[in-house]
Amino acid sequence: MSDVYIMGVDMIKFGRFPEKTVPQLGAQAALMALDDAGLTIQDMQALYCGNLGQANGMVGQRILQEIGQTGIGVVNCANACATGATAFREAWMSIKAGVFDVVLAVGVEQMGKGLLGGGGGGAGISKEGLLGSGTMPSVFAEAGMEHARNHGTTFEQFAKVSVKNHHHSTMNPKAMYQIETPLETVMNAEMISYPNTKLMCSVNVDGSAAAVLVSEKKAKELGMGRAVKVRASVLTSDPFSDRDLVMPDVNAVTRQAVKQAYEMAGVGPEDINLVELHDCFATAEILHYENLGLCADGEAGRLIDNGDVALGGRIPVNVSGGLLSKGHPLGATGIANIYEVSTHLRGEADKRQVQGARFGMTHVIGLGSACAIHILERAA
Amino acid sequence: MAESSGPLPVVGWLKGAASDDPYLEGQRCQSCQAVFLGERENCSKCGARGKLKAFRMSNQGKLYSYCIVHRSFPGVEVPYVSAIVDLDGGGTVKGNLINVDPKPEAISFDMPVEVVFKDALGRKDRDGNSYISYFFQPAA
Repeated sequence: MSDVYIMGVDMIKFGRFPEKTVPQLGAQAALMALDDAGLTIQDMQALYCGNLGQANGMVGQRILQEIGQTGIGVVNCANACATGATAFREAWMSIKAGVFDVVLAVGVEQMGKGLLGGGGGGAGISKEGLLGSGTMPSVFAEAGMEHARNHGTTFEQFAKVSVKNHHHSTMNPKAMYQIETPLETVMNAEMISYPNTKLMCSVNVDGSAAAVLVSEKKAKELGMGRAVKVRASVLTSDPFSDRDLVMPDVNAVTRQAVKQAYEMAGVGPEDINLVELHDCFATAEILHYENLGLCADGEAGRLIDNGDVALGGRIPVNVSGGLLSKGHPLGATGIANIYEVSTHLRGEADKRQVQGARFGMTHVIGLGSACAIHILERAA
Repeated sequence: MAESSGPLPVVGWLKGAASDDPYLEGQRCQSCQAVFLGERENCSKCGARGKLKAFRMSNQGKLYSYCIVHRSFPGVEVPYVSAIVDLDGGGTVKGNLINVDPKPEAISFDMPVEVVFKDALGRKDRDGNSYISYFFQPAA
């Protein structure tokens, strides 16, 4: 089986673009990734498109209507917040299978503002605020409080995640926000669902990201100079756990995925130089330090306290600013993470560059649940 | 007694809504003992088919995790405590924890709680039916 390489990858600056359509946003990133690879839409053999909000709207085909209707096959993916990573992985598999040599993956989303989840649905009466809360800030607050229960993690430690990621985003011109948020600002922001304040919730933004994936044969032809090798691509669903029915278990699904990813890549957590993980809420990031093996169970609080996960630390996490400050356009997030890690592996991350980065990891969770993990390596 | 004239259950696994003895019903897999809420054909833990058996869940349990909700949708009264409770004898249920100050210092993990049944905060469906819901409160 051929190794798979990323030859082009890019994202638009995340923001709010109500005047654009979803396909227009997707087309922007697609063209940027093609330019980055030095290729055109005529070179692409298939398109894998991730979008959640218009999952039945043939978004991939409509992107081609914006940039070139070449007649290639299009797969439209929806997998909650793992949507973009799933599209990328489908593209990866098509090359791995030897079907294609050059394919395009695009993730795109246009978001409203406000709370996600908790809408209920079904017959009868609304259950929100009656049978607890199903909003995303609440669900991830409860997951964080489980960590507090087991390891004594504090509100302040959760808040420090947000301080760090907002700080990182001041060095990322493509992030939605470039604003420092000191600890007291984070902790005193409007409480949404304790222990998550407003500044500990990811930002709903519009965005798109895209990648051109190629076979080894094609990569050699094009030149390995800026290529990024995909060392592992893994997708899992949530295994049964006792409380999963009422408390989505984002831990087991991640642990299963990362175990497979390390095996596939033949590396361990000690080899990884940077991680972009699913900080949809500050509480979630803490859980994933342990889930991804960046530290032992129970050590996550210390990791954030020591600065180990900040730029310049032992294992920088979310140097892009993360979902908390770069923003979280659901279907685009998975590929935007891959853009971020690739940019560091190429040594092109400017002020936020993780020096000497060779291996990087991306992680997303789609509640319901899906986990996608990619391990990338500098090729040259 | 005409059941249809009484309040309806907030979820299908709240049984006896119109009686004076409502309770929560779990489904236990007879092969692997996994517990589910609501009727189902197969066990998603071990894959056993047709092995689920209904049982009356306990009204006593312990607080496993929680959050305190300060922002919700219009019409939902805040703050309130959203609680995950492990019931004695099996089954984990999510609901509002009431009769407690909605502040972290008033809440502790593993605190004993009991299930109580009351009107669903006055909420009615579009046909005007009222509902019986379950709540948790600190155990007496």
